[in-house]
Amino acid sequence: MSAIYVFWLRQLKRYYRSKARMIGALGQPVLFLLALGFGFGPVFEKAGAGNYLEFLTPGIIAMSILFTATFSGIEVIWDKQFGFLKETLVAPVSRLEIMLGRTLGGATVASIQGIIVLIIASLAGFTIQNWSMLPLAFVFMFLIAVLFTALGTALASVLDDMQGFQLIINFLIMPLFFLSGALFPLDTAPGILGTLASLNPLSYGVDGLRYALIGVSHLGVFTDLAILGTVTLIFLGIGSYLFSKIQI
Amino acid sequence: MTENIIEVNHLTRKYGDFTAVNDISFEVKKGQIFAFLGPNGAGKSTTIKMLTTLLNPTQGNIQLNNVNPLNEPNLARKSFGIVFQDPSLDDELTAYENMDFHGALYHVPVDLRKKRIEELLKFLELWDRKNSLVKTFSGGMKRRLEIARGLLHHPKILFLDEPTIGLDPQTRNHIWSYIQNLNKKENITVFFTTHYMQEAELVADSVAIIDHGKIVAKGTSQELKEQTKTQNLEDAFLALTGKTIREEEVTGKDYMRMAHKLWRK
Ligand SMILES: Nc1ncnc2c1ncn2[C@@H]1O[C@H](COP(=O)(O)OP(=O)(O)OP(=O)(O)O)[C@@H](O)[C@H]1O
Ligand SMILES: [Mg+2]
Repeated sequence: MSAIYVFWLRQLKRYYRSKARMIGALGQPVLFLLALGFGFGPVFEKAGAGNYLEFLTPGIIAMSILFTATFSGIEVIWDKQFGFLKETLVAPVSRLEIMLGRTLGGATVASIQGIIVLIIASLAGFTIQNWSMLPLAFVFMFLIAVLFTALGTALASVLDDMQGFQLIINFLIMPLFFLSGALFPLDTAPGILGTLASLNPLSYGVDGLRYALIGVSHLGVFTDLAILGTVTLIFLGIGSYLFSKIQI
Repeated sequence: MTENIIEVNHLTRKYGDFTAVNDISFEVKKGQIFAFLGPNGAGKSTTIKMLTTLLNPTQGNIQLNNVNPLNEPNLARKSFGIVFQDPSLDDELTAYENMDFHGALYHVPVDLRKKRIEELLKFLELWDRKNSLVKTFSGGMKRRLEIARGLLHHPKILFLDEPTIGLDPQTRNHIWSYIQNLNKKENITVFFTTHYMQEAELVADSVAIIDHGKIVAKGTSQELKEQTKTQNLEDAFLALTGKTIREEEVTGKDYMRMAHKLWRK
C-alpha cells in the first residue's frame, strides 16, 4: 500500500514542479475550446443544435485528460532512458504496486488538468447544469484518466525509446479524440463514423461527462459507466502485465 | 564452513546470436567482499542484471540467499541492494527526496530513515545540497548520491557495479572504508565490480575474473598473483586477460544500433 502512495506522490511532485509542462498541456485544449467554441458556435446554433460551448466543453475536458494521461503513462520510457526505472524495478515491492501507483498518480494529474479546463470553460461562459452531478463528472474524468494512463504505460512497457511516439500520437491518440463525439454529436453522425465511435472507449467517457455536466446523453449514462469501467479495468490489467514483463 | 549466499551455475545470456555471458559458475560466501573483475564488455553488468532480477538468463541457475530469483523475484529483491553503473536517480526530485523515496520502497522505518539519510548525506558531503534538484548536481555529486542511496537500507547482499567510477581518490577511500565497516559490523556480503585494481586488491576477500563472457580465474588476490607469478593484482589481471584493448567487437548490428541512436538525437 505505501509503495502505491510513494509512486503516486512522485507523479504529483513531478507535475507540480514542471509548470511549463502544465501550462503547455493546457494550451491546446484551451485553443480548441475558444477557437472552436466561439468559431462554430453560431453555425451550431443556426442548425438548431443548441449552445456549442456547452456541447464542446465536456469533449475538450476529455481531450485534455486523454493527452495528459497518455503522456503520463508514456513517462515510463523516460524513466527507462534516464535509468530511474531500474531503481524501482529492483525494489522489494511488486510490479503491480509500482504500476498502480504510477497510474493512479498520472491519472490524478490528468484529472486535475481536466478540472482546470472545466474552470477555464466556466470563465468563458460554460455553465454546469446541475451541481449535484459534479461528483459523477469527476468519476468519469478519473476513469478516462486511469484508462489512458494505463494505455500509455502499456505502450511504454513494450517500446524502448521515443521513436514510436509520434506514431502513437498521430495514429492512436488523434483518431481516438476525433472519433469520440468530443467535437460533434454522434446521433447525427453518418454510419461508419458512428460505428467507429461506438468502438472507441473514449466516446463513452465523453458521453458520460456530457451527461454529468450538461444533462445530455446519447448512449445512456449507465452504459457509459459500465463500458468505460470495464475497459478501464481491462487496460489496467494489460498495462500491469506488460509492465511486469519489462526487462532492462 | 560458511554458507554460500550467492550460487551461480552455468549462467548464460545471449543478445541475439551474441553471447554476453557464457556458461559461468561461481559462488560467494556469506559475509565476503567479492570482486568481479573484467575488461570492458566482459559481461559484468549483464551478470549483475541477471542476479538482480532485471534480466532473464538465457540459461542457467541462480540462488540468492537460498531463493531462486527467477521463480520468486519479489522474495529475492528483499535480500539485496544495488548501486548501478549507469545513472538511476530521479533528476526531477531533490537529493533528500531521492533518498526518502528509496527508504520508503525498502520499508526503512521513518525514524531510522531520517537518521541514516542525514548520516549518509553528511558523510558524502551532500547535506548542504539536500534540497536541490538532482538535475543541478555535478557528475561526482550524482555518483555520491547514488552510493548514499544504495547504503540507506542494509540488505544481506550489496551489489556495487563500479561504485567509485568518476570519483576522486579521497572520496573512493572514504567510501570503501564505510563499506568495509558495514561489511564487518553487519556481515553484509558485498559483490562489486571495478576497473581500479588496487581497490580490488585492497578490499576483496575473493576475486573472479571474467573475459569475453567466460570466467578465466577465481581465487584470492594472493592466489591469482601466485598463479600468474606477478607482483600485484593489476599485473595478474593483465596476464590473465591479455593486453589488447577491447574495442567491444563492433558488429554490423552494433553499428546499426549506434546509427540509430545518432539519428534520433
Ligand atoms: N541490451 C543489449 N543488447 C545487445 N548487446 C548488449 C546489451 N547489453 C550489453 N550488451 C553486450 O554485452 C556485452 C557485455 O556487456 P556488459 O555491460 O555486461 O559489460 P561489462 O563487463 O559490464 O563492461 P563495462 O566494464 O564496460 O561496464 C557487451 O559486449 C555489450 O555490448
Ligand atoms: Mg558494466
